[in-house]
Amino acid sequence: MASVAQGPEKAGKVRRPRTSRDRTSTHEGFLRYRNGRWLKISALLAVVLIALYVFVPLPGQHFGSSWLGYTLGTLGALLILWLTLLGVRKRAITPGRWSLRAWTSAHVYLGLCLIVVGTLHSGFHFGWNVHTLAWALMMLVILSGLFGIWVYATLPSALSDNRYDEEGAITEKQMVEALRSLDRQIHDAAQPLDPQAAALVNSSLEENPFAGSFWNRVTGRYARDATRAAAAELRRMRAYRARTADDPLDKVDALLTRKEAMLGRLRKHLRLKTWLQAWLYVHVPVTFALLAALSAHIVSVFFYW
Amino acid sequence: MSEVYKVAIIGSGPAGMSAASRAAQLGLSHVLLEKSGHLSDTIYKYQKGKHVMATPSQLILRSDQEFDAGKKEDILDKWNRRTAELGVNVKYNADVKAIRGTGEAIPGSVQQIVSRARDGSTTTAELQRHAPPYAIELTSGETVLAENVVLAIGTQGNPNLLRCPGADLPHVTYQLDDPYAILDEHVVVIGTGDAGIENARGLVEDAAQGNVVTVLNRAPKSTNVRESFPTAKEPNAKALVEDDAAGRLTIRYETETKAVEPGWITLSTRDGEEKIRCDRIIARIGSAPPRAFVEGCGIAFASADRLAFPTLSPQFESTAPGIFVIGALAGYPLIKHCMNQGYDVIEFINGNTTLKPADEPLLEARFRDLPGNRSVTEWLEFLRTRITILEGMTTLQLREFMLDSDARAYRKGEVIFEKNDPGSSLFAIASGSVHVRIDPNDPSRVVPIPAGTIFGEVGLISGRRRGATIVAAEDTICVEISRNAALKLQSQVPTARRAIERISTERQILQMFGSGLTPDDIREVVETARIEQVPAGKPIISEGDEDRDVFVIRVGSMIVEKEVGGKPVFLSYLPAGSYVGEMALIDGGQRTATVRAAIKSEVIRIDGDAFARVLAAKPTLLERARKDMEGRRKTNAFIESRKDSFSGVVDLYSEQAKFLVSQGLGEATDVLLIDETLCVGCDNCEKACADSHDGLSRLDREAGRSFAHLHVPTSCRHCEHPHCMADCPPNAIQRGPDGEVSINDTCIGCGNCQRNCPYGVIRMEKVPPKKPSLWSWLFFGSGPGPGEPSYKWSKKHTKYTGDPAVDELLDRKKAIKCDMCAGIDGGPSCVRACPTGAAIRVSPDEFLTVARLENEEA
Repeated sequence: MASVAQGPEKAGKVRRPRTSRDRTSTHEGFLRYRNGRWLKISALLAVVLIALYVFVPLPGQHFGSSWLGYTLGTLGALLILWLTLLGVRKRAITPGRWSLRAWTSAHVYLGLCLIVVGTLHSGFHFGWNVHTLAWALMMLVILSGLFGIWVYATLPSALSDNRYDEEGAITEKQMVEALRSLDRQIHDAAQPLDPQAAALVNSSLEENPFAGSFWNRVTGRYARDATRAAAAELRRMRAYRARTADDPLDKVDALLTRKEAMLGRLRKHLRLKTWLQAWLYVHVPVTFALLAALSAHIVSVFFYW
Repeated sequence: MSEVYKVAIIGSGPAGMSAASRAAQLGLSHVLLEKSGHLSDTIYKYQKGKHVMATPSQLILRSDQEFDAGKKEDILDKWNRRTAELGVNVKYNADVKAIRGTGEAIPGSVQQIVSRARDGSTTTAELQRHAPPYAIELTSGETVLAENVVLAIGTQGNPNLLRCPGADLPHVTYQLDDPYAILDEHVVVIGTGDAGIENARGLVEDAAQGNVVTVLNRAPKSTNVRESFPTAKEPNAKALVEDDAAGRLTIRYETETKAVEPGWITLSTRDGEEKIRCDRIIARIGSAPPRAFVEGCGIAFASADRLAFPTLSPQFESTAPGIFVIGALAGYPLIKHCMNQGYDVIEFINGNTTLKPADEPLLEARFRDLPGNRSVTEWLEFLRTRITILEGMTTLQLREFMLDSDARAYRKGEVIFEKNDPGSSLFAIASGSVHVRIDPNDPSRVVPIPAGTIFGEVGLISGRRRGATIVAAEDTICVEISRNAALKLQSQVPTARRAIERISTERQILQMFGSGLTPDDIREVVETARIEQVPAGKPIISEGDEDRDVFVIRVGSMIVEKEVGGKPVFLSYLPAGSYVGEMALIDGGQRTATVRAAIKSEVIRIDGDAFARVLAAKPTLLERARKDMEGRRKTNAFIESRKDSFSGVVDLYSEQAKFLVSQGLGEATDVLLIDETLCVGCDNCEKACADSHDGLSRLDREAGRSFAHLHVPTSCRHCEHPHCMADCPPNAIQRGPDGEVSINDTCIGCGNCQRNCPYGVIRMEKVPPKKPSLWSWLFFGSGPGPGEPSYKWSKKHTKYTGDPAVDELLDRKKAIKCDMCAGIDGGPSCVRACPTGAAIRVSPDEFLTVARLENEEA
């Protein structure tokens, strides 16, 4: 039916760009990066290390001071340092053909491989000492990281779904703006109300959409929500009053309902964002604790072994 | 009748004031007529404290008035003082109604005035020109006599008028000085630009004013205020919609005025006519050059185009002898140009014929490096006589044209541009000749292009990369014509337009079907070819039809879709430079798919039968076409075979493709796409962007639209024909060697590009101060950290010097937009900094392929 003009030449694009750049034509997530290149490398590394551990004859005591123990220890320590550097790589936007996605991919799979490296290095000797503390912290970091992978793999679509409807996209800022605009309208519409009803409406207006505990945030449940309470109470009050055609409560009620919906949306957005970020508050601080324990472990093995 | 002035200058803006100052300095008898009560009304009405720019910076100012970049108030102050000092004879509140010659009728000098009614019909009136002196009639009833008239009235101050019965009633107004002075009135505001919105909102700001305000909007209601209020700034439009929702005023959509009578207005709405109360109408429906008035003076315009300028001699004299036109009305909107012209025009009137225009040194610089030692005038004449498309230009047009263009000399064998270089300029050969390399691997296979003609027109028309390498065949002098200059040329000189069209059609067909074809082979094809405009969404080929024409996409892009199971399925995307429709021609039979314009496009329609004859005569060409066809056919077959088993996937793919096209990908060359199943919302893309560019992010990840988890964030798409480039006074927006559209340092911060961009990707911001390094933030917490610093931090850390000139520079807002990280090794930072691989930058033809569907399946 149709053809692009430069047919054959087009395939072997002769670009003479000033800036070198890796071109892609489709999305590829960090887990599937280059067909799982780092997954394969890490798996291979793990298999080789396990094989060495199983087949190489080594002293049963003080495994750590054997050549394999030192190798595993050095490898593990270097890996931990390198894995920590992701935090720097993410923020240092230097020129060059690096991609953070490749780093993340390597970070994830090599980080998982660290379970094997670290555990083998321990020689399965655990006790109440700084060495086991370092191992435990390492495992905690890796487990929180695993949780992070799960969160990264499952929540983004939900976050995106919540931001879109038939009318198009809405950003977090726009959600807050929409709430403010609704608040202004509610304020205007509530002017003719009696003091009791006005106080209820006011309680909704004074509510800060960002307020609430961490627990409220992660569960998305706000038991004592002023807007919902006000709407319910106003509806209850109305039920006892004579119906009139032009009741100002009608308008306030409609506006409060809209505000509730928007508030729900914003809160869902915040909940998902919180989940996407909260695990890092374990992952990163524990990493620093691990670095401290690791230093103690290294110093102590050389001085006190 | 009293004194006959030597020269009367109408309008006291930069141009008129400079002219009057020159006249005063020369001791010429003169009068400066200003319709308002102060000098330079347009600048006077600039917002308080506005910084006025002095561009182009390389142009030397030649005027008796000073002018330097600075605050509006300071500039006006200087002008007022200097005007008084020079003893300029200013007549304020002198609004000119008409100008007519009082001398004898000039034989043979008759002006045709064509007026066009709304329904498209035209009426022609004839106006006999009379010799000077001119009688200038003022609205006050006074008449001023002058031998020469300098028209420097600019294009502002001439609002578009309401056109309906009763529009001349006194309560129909075109401005609103003080909205708070209006109380208890029914007001109708017509026009939903910023001016109209500001007026309407001012009228209802305080409920105590008691005004009932109705805003008429021609556009339909939409949740997207950009659509329903296309000419207004978004915050303004939103505020208006909010006022409407709160019941403070009423917006009526899809409504226009039908008739006006005292106390009432009749509206024509979607549901019929409606009459409402109305004590006052405020119409804010834009302004245009006051063409009727100017034509009434006997001044002819270059074309019937609404935005055309008057035809002028090199001395700015119009077709009415003794009436000169300068400044914005002559097509020069920049203050410096205007002031120079004011000086020059008075010198000319005073008989100084040897005066060189102020742009002489600039043009001298343009021609300095060329061999031949000619003067500027000789060079201009040389170019005009040698290059076919420049023949129809006046000297004034040519001078300005050369300011935007470059004349270059090339040695034999020198490469002028290479295949796949980006570039949207047109080249014209003044002397010598060039060779087009048709085979990138074999430099000996070339097609010659002789002197006098043009090349590079494909890049100009389609905005895509160069299709072939061009080498100078002998020592050659070429003029490189920038896109803007070429567009101006085409609109000013119709013959140039036709020549460019014909040559481009011929070349495009030759380039496309390549080897073995000569211009003679396709003569018939070129002659029968027609260039057609296709509005977005309109099909050029419909599935099942039996026609046989072939189409070449010249501008824009097309999508191909096929009806499968009662639904249109997206097959492929065709960028400019593709051809389509050859299948039905070669195989016969009905059209197998529908091809429709993704955006407003331009195609060359080639007569099928004429093309079939070329194919019949050239078996190799037929072979080539068959091969090209094979790929398409495979896609067709693939879609057909998969439809049943993977209908969900095919539907999604189709819908997604349509969504992307609706988001303007049809005109994009490189677009940021985010996969929202991968995006964790960390905004590292924005931070990376800010950290690679002066601390300001050029993208807004969250904003923009998405469909089925594919998100098009607010970020530049580097359009084929960028809207932002269209109206940049210093010409600061350019397409770079990587295809990026970027803004350079000559930006004057006027905001035109921001307003012109339909995708809202340009911000006007001041550059924040430099941040401490990443390491000092990581270890010591100094500075705001990665990403764009907060406004507060920037404000606090901007190091003001106390010197107003330097401080103003620090605070100056400039337009910023994505430059695709050109010059930064590794390419776009946003993509490199994405931790999950959610963000990619692609060209639409790379992204919109069936390969996507195959991946999806896997």
